Amino acid sequence: MTDEDRRRADRLARALGVAGLGLGIAPLTATDAISRLCGVDDSGTARTMLRLAGVRELVHSVLLLGSRSPAPLVWTRVVGDMLDLTALGLAASNRTGHRRTRVLAVTAGVAAITAADVYTALCGLRRRAPEHARAGTVHATITVNRPRDEVYRFWHDFENLPQFMIHLDTVRDLGDGRSHWRATGPLGRTLEWEAEMIDDRPDELIAWHATQGMIAGNSGAVRFTDAPGDRGTEVRVTLQYAPRGGGAVAAFTRLLGEHPDQMVRDDLRRFKQVMETGEVVLSEGMPMGTHAKRQLRQRAAQPMSRGGGGFR
Amino acid sequence: MRATCWMGRGKVEVRDVPDPQILNSHDAIVRVTSTAICGSDLHLYDGFIPTMKKGDVLGHEFMGEVVEVGPEVHDLRPGDRVVVPFPISCGSCWACENELFSICENSNPNAGIAEKLLGHSPAGIYGYSHMLGGFPGGQAEYARVPFADVNPIKIEDDLPDEKVLFLSDIFPTGWIGAEMADIKDGDVVAVWGAGPVGQFAIASAFLMGAERVIAIDRFPYRLRRVERMGADPLDYEEAIDVPDALRDMTGGRGPDCCIDAVGLEAHHATPMYAYDRAKQATRLETDRPFVLREAIMSCRNGGTVSVVGVYGGFVDKFPMGSLMNRSITLRGAQCHVQKYLRPLLDRIRNGDIDPSFVVSHHMSLDDTPRGYRLFRDKREECNKVVLHP
Ligand SMILES: NC(=O)c1ccc[n+]([C@@H]2O[C@H](COP(=O)([O-])OP(=O)(O)OC[C@H]3O[C@@H](n4cnc5c(N)ncnc54)[C@H](O)[C@@H]3O)[C@@H](O)[C@H]2O)c1
Ligand SMILES: [Zn+2]
Ligand SMILES: [Zn+2]
Repeated sequence: MTDEDRRRADRLARALGVAGLGLGIAPLTATDAISRLCGVDDSGTARTMLRLAGVRELVHSVLLLGSRSPAPLVWTRVVGDMLDLTALGLAASNRTGHRRTRVLAVTAGVAAITAADVYTALCGLRRRAPEHARAGTVHATITVNRPRDEVYRFWHDFENLPQFMIHLDTVRDLGDGRSHWRATGPLGRTLEWEAEMIDDRPDELIAWHATQGMIAGNSGAVRFTDAPGDRGTEVRVTLQYAPRGGGAVAAFTRLLGEHPDQMVRDDLRRFKQVMETGEVVLSEGMPMGTHAKRQLRQRAAQPMSRGGGGFR
Repeated sequence: MRATCWMGRGKVEVRDVPDPQILNSHDAIVRVTSTAICGSDLHLYDGFIPTMKKGDVLGHEFMGEVVEVGPEVHDLRPGDRVVVPFPISCGSCWACENELFSICENSNPNAGIAEKLLGHSPAGIYGYSHMLGGFPGGQAEYARVPFADVNPIKIEDDLPDEKVLFLSDIFPTGWIGAEMADIKDGDVVAVWGAGPVGQFAIASAFLMGAERVIAIDRFPYRLRRVERMGADPLDYEEAIDVPDALRDMTGGRGPDCCIDAVGLEAHHATPMYAYDRAKQATRLETDRPFVLREAIMSCRNGGTVSVVGVYGGFVDKFPMGSLMNRSITLRGAQCHVQKYLRPLLDRIRNGDIDPSFVVSHHMSLDDTPRGYRLFRDKREECNKVVLHP
């Protein structure tokens, strides 16, 4: 869920808060007129309930308008709507003629409001389901100015991957197309899993998936094609991650960052640097090569103090 | 070491920072002997280039002596005297192989940031924002130079710093400005901006066979300089309507080749200027394309407009109709400096040109803040400041 969706849910919630002010004040200040409108001017109890509903409506509005992220609070409105609908249902069953018609009309109105409340509340719910907990596909592509067989061979040796995949610490070849991968996740937590090559077509395609460990089920594929005009090799990567709940999986997908596409694209850019120039290019503002992966945030473009990193 | 640091809009300070170290095996460390302030630095100084960070070391025009090399550097050794081109290039990507060094595909570790603003990323540049790599610059005692076998040019004779320093940027930039303008014998060339870049564009245009060069600016001391170079000065404040004045000066045709050596901070005393300034201030438009508009509108039918003045983002009121209907060619580039180092050094050696003509001020590194002020405000007839760390 994007920031934009998040803001929209909150905007909706606030609009409901404002509407609620009107719905709350009317039964308190014009009880007679409103009870006539609702077709319940024949009952003292109904008039009291109407006033109580007004007070409740105001409480919801104060909550919604006072909160910085009001969308989840809309659930309190949904509960109130249920009470109102129940009361109206009772009122309708007790009445006949034009009063009954009015009660039913008002019921329809309240049902519409309920629908709006439920919709907004659901938007608010979705906002709390973290992006990285959802399954997804990440795709990235780059052109490498090297012959296809060379590019394929480098990738085929999975032990090379940590040179350019920023989240990997090591990959160990276990033979028979199996390998052991290790990454450091957020908060320094180590994640490990085993992967297996599931397809391997020389100079064309390599596909793998995680078989054991915390992210079993995740898979990746890389395809190699000749770039037109002798410009080397076009490399296309697709990663599929299928989180199945659990902290470790969430932590892994968080490895890929807020913007997994960008992350994989940056990995591919480093792959290109390694293939074309022999190593990952470092700048002082962005000193996160393979051996200097200390910070993901930019520092000032100033030399680093001794021992600060670099290729050694 | 001491280094010139960007400390926010309108503020540079010379501060103590750590000495640079080798980070990549192709790096060299250079002890800077001469470095200069560029019109491009003014865009940073004035806060128009995004993604600067407080403390960033500035400077992309520098030369000096190699003091340390990484294990994969084979053609340079400590003691070599070098001029360093401002774009950082890897030498092995498709762009570098095609001599398009300023769009090297490997030298910007922050390519992802640049892509967001520009679509694709250009090369990294020393001291020129994080979007262009986050590399510390050369207005300092020492600088790290990546891909040391590819980038710097060795100066093996005793030409003084002053004569070769500008190979790092403005001489090749003026040259490429003229080259992109597609100058043919007998052409009339108009150059907007009589700053150092404009001056090198004028000199290059004559070397390429231009019959006449018209130089547009408003500072009398700069117009006098270009007049001495053989150009016809045009004071845009006096002329009021530059395209009209140019039409007059060219028998109604307009200049064959137009060169924008001003860029995104163009100044002008018309309502359009107020419009662009206001939009720029409110970030509705990042650049003030006044000169670009004028160059396109002035250019002769079928002529060429060449842009070396720096732009950062988006422009408004772009005269696309004029460009399309009148068959105008528009080209631009950050200079592919490495391509021109050897031939232009040869021209300096032959005596075709002595680039030191642009220098107006020498200062010590500690005086850099004053240098920025003088150069920005065009005071004390400031034309080009050279700093000596
Ligand atoms: N493309 C490149 O590789 C490259 C390299 C170096 C510099 N540059 C750019 O070249 C430009 C000039 O650099 P410089 O060092 O000569 O800077 P400068 O500030 O010394 O010169 C700019 C000149 O433009 C003049 N000017 C402003 N508004 C004008 C207008 N409306 N019409 C005519 N002239 C106008 C100013 O009076 C000034 O003399 C800058 O934008 C700089 O960033 C580009
Ligand atoms: Zn410059
Ligand atoms: Zn390159």
